[in-house]
Amino acid sequence: MKSQYVRKLAAILPAVVLVGTGAVLLSQKVNAAGGGSITGTVKLSGTAPHMKGIDMSKDPVCSKAHESNPAKMENVLVGSGDGLQNVVLYISQGLTGNEPVPSQEPTFDQKGCMYSPHVLVLNVDQKFKVITGDQTTHNIHPLPSPTAGNIGWNKSQPPGAPPIETSWKNEEVAIPVKCNIHPWMHGYFVVVKGPYATTDDKGSYTIQNVPAGSYTVTAWQEDLGTQTAKVTVAAGSAAKADFTFKGK
Amino acid sequence: MPTKLLKWSWLAVAASLLLAATSPAQITSYEEKDRLNTESHIGKYAGHAQNAAADYRRYCVGCHGELGDGNGEVAQWIDPKPRDFTLGIFKCRSTPTGTLPTDEDLFNTIARGLDRSNMPIWNVFTKQQRADLVAWVKHFSPRFQKEKPGTPIEIPAEPEVTPERVKAGQEVFGRVQCWKCHGVEGMANGPSASTLTDDLNRPILPYNFTDGSRPKCGSTDQDIYRIFMTGLDGTPMPSFSDNIKPDEAWDLVFYLRTLQPHNTFNSKERQIAKQLGLKPVNPNAPTQ
Repeated sequence: MKSQYVRKLAAILPAVVLVGTGAVLLSQKVNAAGGGSITGTVKLSGTAPHMKGIDMSKDPVCSKAHESNPAKMENVLVGSGDGLQNVVLYISQGLTGNEPVPSQEPTFDQKGCMYSPHVLVLNVDQKFKVITGDQTTHNIHPLPSPTAGNIGWNKSQPPGAPPIETSWKNEEVAIPVKCNIHPWMHGYFVVVKGPYATTDDKGSYTIQNVPAGSYTVTAWQEDLGTQTAKVTVAAGSAAKADFTFKGK
Repeated sequence: MPTKLLKWSWLAVAASLLLAATSPAQITSYEEKDRLNTESHIGKYAGHAQNAAADYRRYCVGCHGELGDGNGEVAQWIDPKPRDFTLGIFKCRSTPTGTLPTDEDLFNTIARGLDRSNMPIWNVFTKQQRADLVAWVKHFSPRFQKEKPGTPIEIPAEPEVTPERVKAGQEVFGRVQCWKCHGVEGMANGPSASTLTDDLNRPILPYNFTDGSRPKCGSTDQDIYRIFMTGLDGTPMPSFSDNIKPDEAWDLVFYLRTLQPHNTFNSKERQIAKQLGLKPVNPNAPTQ
């Protein structure tokens, strides 16, 4: 009697799992069809500025982490095909303002006494975690502008410290963050509303989940400033917007 | 009737021009009036901003400036620079990093002064005058209109100093790496000491425990506990409250006392350090 139930259950279970996965896959497809995307590349024209090497000899823990691969400044990172890395792309005009805050919680890592990622984009109120795996004490010191309404703080993270979980209340492009103990460490939090993207090492990006409509896309680079482009996104398709920054 | 209408329409045009000329960053006289109603409450004292205007003009304006932005007449000659009250960021707080100080924190700072700066000990004011000045300091920053002060951190009762606690305090000192800035002997000569800058990118020194000066935010055991747990906002000194437990914090206070020159309030800690034969922490010790 009992074994019969087990056998029945064994027969039904895979079916349930299959149907369930199907439903999840389908719903994802529907989402992608409802929203379009904005995609393109960001390039640098002219000579790339020289990125100075970083002398980390004051902290042996830091210099040891870069023994085989010397650390350099990361203000302007140019990859293959003149692609600019770490450029933030966001929609500065045309959104309804009712865009949901992403639920995923990105991390801002202190790795080998450098920030990874160097630039972290977030939505207003999106939670993020500051983590460290370094065997040296860092202090995380974001410095928002006094007029944007975000409030700065300064917390220590010694080796093995628990993550700091927090968020930003207001839009701000961008909030510099530094470590006073390791003065070369600097990065940015870019706080925007709505969908966003960051360029990869080839300078390419895709802003996902953009509802159909006309928008202004802004590209922000920490040293080279901002550029904008107008795009029209059709439901379910990808609009294109390429940017070129001039090397200084 | 038509002439009257014409008159009124001229007025309307003039008014709208006036409105357009006022940039949103400027404080309107309406807002200024509102802010002058700022109050402070310290124990039985209630301070009123408008009552402090004369005292501020006489005693404070030279450094902190008419607008409270730290750009007074003599500001250019002094270092460290006077506080910019408009930012609402203060070093000496009982509240967590990134929050506003309590009225009492500001009240105490005025009386205590800030050692190794041009801010003297203002204990010549009556308590009522000081309470009024606290309200006045608050009226400069829009933060005090919008936000409440943070909840002060809790400081448990001070335990008895024991050799175990002093030793444990030294372990905390090594673990959270206070020496990175303050140096293994507290002489403000750690590897990061020479490159420190404040929030406005001006050079700043870490506290030297050995030169006999007072810590900026007070010299009692409770003050020292508060300093490293809340951090000094606007400076490189971070908050350690996420990484030092309350009991450990007392251990650290006792150890920090051993670094200071001999005086009446730390004789016990110094004696214990001598008996234990404490050596400075080893900066190259591996961390777990």
